[in-house]
Amino acid sequence: MKDFILLFVSFFKIGILTFGGGLAMLPMLKLEVVEKNKWANEEELMNYYAIGQCTPGIIAVNTATFIGYKQKGVLGAIISTVGIVMPSVIIITVIAAFIRNFMDYEIVQNMLMGVRIAVAALVTSAVIELIRKGVKDFAGIIIFALSFLLSVCFGISPVIIVAAAIFLSVIFVLKEKPKGSN
Amino acid sequence: MIFMRLFYEFFKTGLFAIGGGLATLPFLYDMSDRLGLFTRQELATMIAVSESTPGPIGVNMATYVGFHSVQNEYGSFLISVLGAFTTTAALVLPSLVIIIIIAKFLAKFGENKFVNGAFYTLRPAVAGLIGAAVLGIYQIAFLTIDSFKKTHNFMDFIDFKSFIIFAVILFLVLKLKKHPIIYIALGAVSGLILAVN
Repeated sequence: MKDFILLFVSFFKIGILTFGGGLAMLPMLKLEVVEKNKWANEEELMNYYAIGQCTPGIIAVNTATFIGYKQKGVLGAIISTVGIVMPSVIIITVIAAFIRNFMDYEIVQNMLMGVRIAVAALVTSAVIELIRKGVKDFAGIIIFALSFLLSVCFGISPVIIVAAAIFLSVIFVLKEKPKGSN
Repeated sequence: MIFMRLFYEFFKTGLFAIGGGLATLPFLYDMSDRLGLFTRQELATMIAVSESTPGPIGVNMATYVGFHSVQNEYGSFLISVLGAFTTTAALVLPSLVIIIIIAKFLAKFGENKFVNGAFYTLRPAVAGLIGAAVLGIYQIAFLTIDSFKKTHNFMDFIDFKSFIIFAVILFLVLKLKKHPIIYIALGAVSGLILAVN
């Protein structure tokens, strides 16, 4: 029982103290998982994190699920997952309920108009980062352009585009001739 | 029934959103267009709140959409909280199952050549998807397509004041790399200034 509470509290803390998610979560994960509770060493944590990146879903949540499972099986996985998402559920619910009461004021409307511009800039920078990291050769440019155009022009569902990309990768791997990998 | 609908949509999102951070964004745009549970303007507000509060962005947005959509339908706070729980649970359920299976059976999952190979095509595809969603944000942030359709004058295609603010904030984001909340606050202030002019 004590172990379950410890898992819940640790991941709740990680959820509440990290802004931005993703990589921003790593230092907190390291502190709680490696240094304080010794659930994994740093190398194991990085492995879990890497797996969290290449599986569907939210990376930080996936890492929590993994550590929870390694410690205490299925129930541990569930409790760690609930722990890491709980702060979001509480905080966002409060804000969502609160914001609505102010929506009708003109001053709030004006502010939100500016906020949308800032969101456009933030998300643009995220896309630039993604292109820098992920689009590295001619094939990458083609896939990027296809995905973009299919989505914008034909409204193709992201589910289909992601599934198609995975399918394509399987063909690439199967066709790959044995050679030194880069 | 809205709860079943939300559960289904977010389960699908949790299963296909790979790569973290904004990977759920294209799915939310898709939902906004198809289901009409929330508008694109509302989605932009949700992104702003999700980026300025603790917790993973994808989870924050799922919670927000769940609460908001159910509140639109029923109005009651308590039922809306149930909506927030529904979407969040649906979002994490696929990965919960997948991670448990991997942790149990596939110790070397990360070294598998198919897993590694998948990212060669997935990264550009996801970048393209999020890029497409960003275009949707441009439409509500600084593009004025409606007035362009009326006049067919290219000067009416972009709201220039908004675009200049966008360019300045984007420059700052790329240069300074500070926390998103700073730029969102900056945006709010510039919104007030725009309204006065």
